[in-house]
Amino acid sequence: MKPLSDAAIAHLARATDWPDLSGTRYTALEELGQGGMGTVFRARDALLGREVALKVLRSADAPRDFAERLEREAGVLARLEHPGIVPVHDRGVLADGRAWYVMKLVRGRRLDAWLGEKPSLRERLDLVRRVAETVGFAHARGVVHRDLKPANIMVGEFGEVLVLDWGLAKIVSASQRLIVSESQGVPDNRDDETMRRRDDETGHGTVLGTPGFMAPEQQRGDVSQVDQRTDVYGLGALLRAMVAPLPKALESVASRATAADRALRYPDATSFAEDIRMFQDGDPVTAHNEGTFERLERIVGRYRTPILLVLVYLLLRALFIIFSDR
Amino acid sequence: MKKPVFGMLLGGVLGIFDGLSALVSAPETAPGIVGIVIGSTIKGLIAGVAIGWFARKVNSLPLGILFGTAVGLFLAFLVSYMQKAAGQPPYYMEIMIPGAIVGLIVGYATQRHTEARAQTA
Repeated sequence: MKPLSDAAIAHLARATDWPDLSGTRYTALEELGQGGMGTVFRARDALLGREVALKVLRSADAPRDFAERLEREAGVLARLEHPGIVPVHDRGVLADGRAWYVMKLVRGRRLDAWLGEKPSLRERLDLVRRVAETVGFAHARGVVHRDLKPANIMVGEFGEVLVLDWGLAKIVSASQRLIVSESQGVPDNRDDETMRRRDDETGHGTVLGTPGFMAPEQQRGDVSQVDQRTDVYGLGALLRAMVAPLPKALESVASRATAADRALRYPDATSFAEDIRMFQDGDPVTAHNEGTFERLERIVGRYRTPILLVLVYLLLRALFIIFSDR
Repeated sequence: MKKPVFGMLLGGVLGIFDGLSALVSAPETAPGIVGIVIGSTIKGLIAGVAIGWFARKVNSLPLGILFGTAVGLFLAFLVSYMQKAAGQPPYYMEIMIPGAIVGLIVGYATQRHTEARAQTA
């Protein structure tokens, strides 16, 4: 009998750790990664004949809190229909009690790999702005991400920017209704309220987030202080991590976003995104009081092409006059 | 910004400089410089719109430059011809060469210019 290779044995060892999906229409194909509470697999949907990403609780013995968080993540994702958020297709519970959900399989690269391709300042700012717009969309629906960091951002194969891992997301306001068309029925307010209460009850005093990207109120574990401005802090830290050194105006944007006092930060991610867009368009940003020379530099930068064309004209005209006089 | 609007603005600005340059190329025209500047500005505006319109229809840098130069030359020729018809010195070279340069630059710029797309929610 031919002995199994080490690689085959390692594969079998991994496969035995994989969840038993026999009661579902999915077959796990490959482990894509592990998060704090769950494991993500590339899986095959037998019914629709397509590949999907399946996230399942890592262990059947995991705390109940983890299962609730995974279920809540699926619920939050399902409600946030946006090009920057991976859509959820299905959810359920395995025979061993482990919660799971299925989402679109996004092919692309993580932010660190994308940064390795040396994108231009414009491309980096575009990415930060698109992340902020996505988070702003969630804010408008009363959802705070709470764990914004480079590892949770992905650039898809078509250039789409996706904000991942909504496992720590918090519903900050049950009064801010999710927009649902009449044909889809009325959203269940009780679910929102339940989720919001869980957020308030669980985790008070618990530190959730990633050092370097966590707002001071998160570091203190003060859940009651966590709101949209907590994500604004994460966006400011993300801006600093992605663009170095920052131009003066952008440094002011990052400083305002990461202010220790949350009252001094942008009120939400959309306002932050708007200041980034203003900078990109050559307009003054709200976070920065520019001096005369800075203003002049900005205006020249904004109208660089027309100024250059007029100078070219004047040069050609001068040459013509000089040579026609000879 | 739409290409015809961009062309018109650029043509107008270059037209102002075009008119002012008469002070250097033909100093004897100084007493009538206001009329010259107004005339060359209008000429620049018309040329800019025409060249911008062409740039929207034909996406080709060489053709855009050629068309722009031709329009600039033609409009400048008309101005010179009208001056001659009015019994004034025609200044063919002094008017047509700068007019052609304006057309060339506007032709290049309108081909390179990217129109902003409407933002979607």
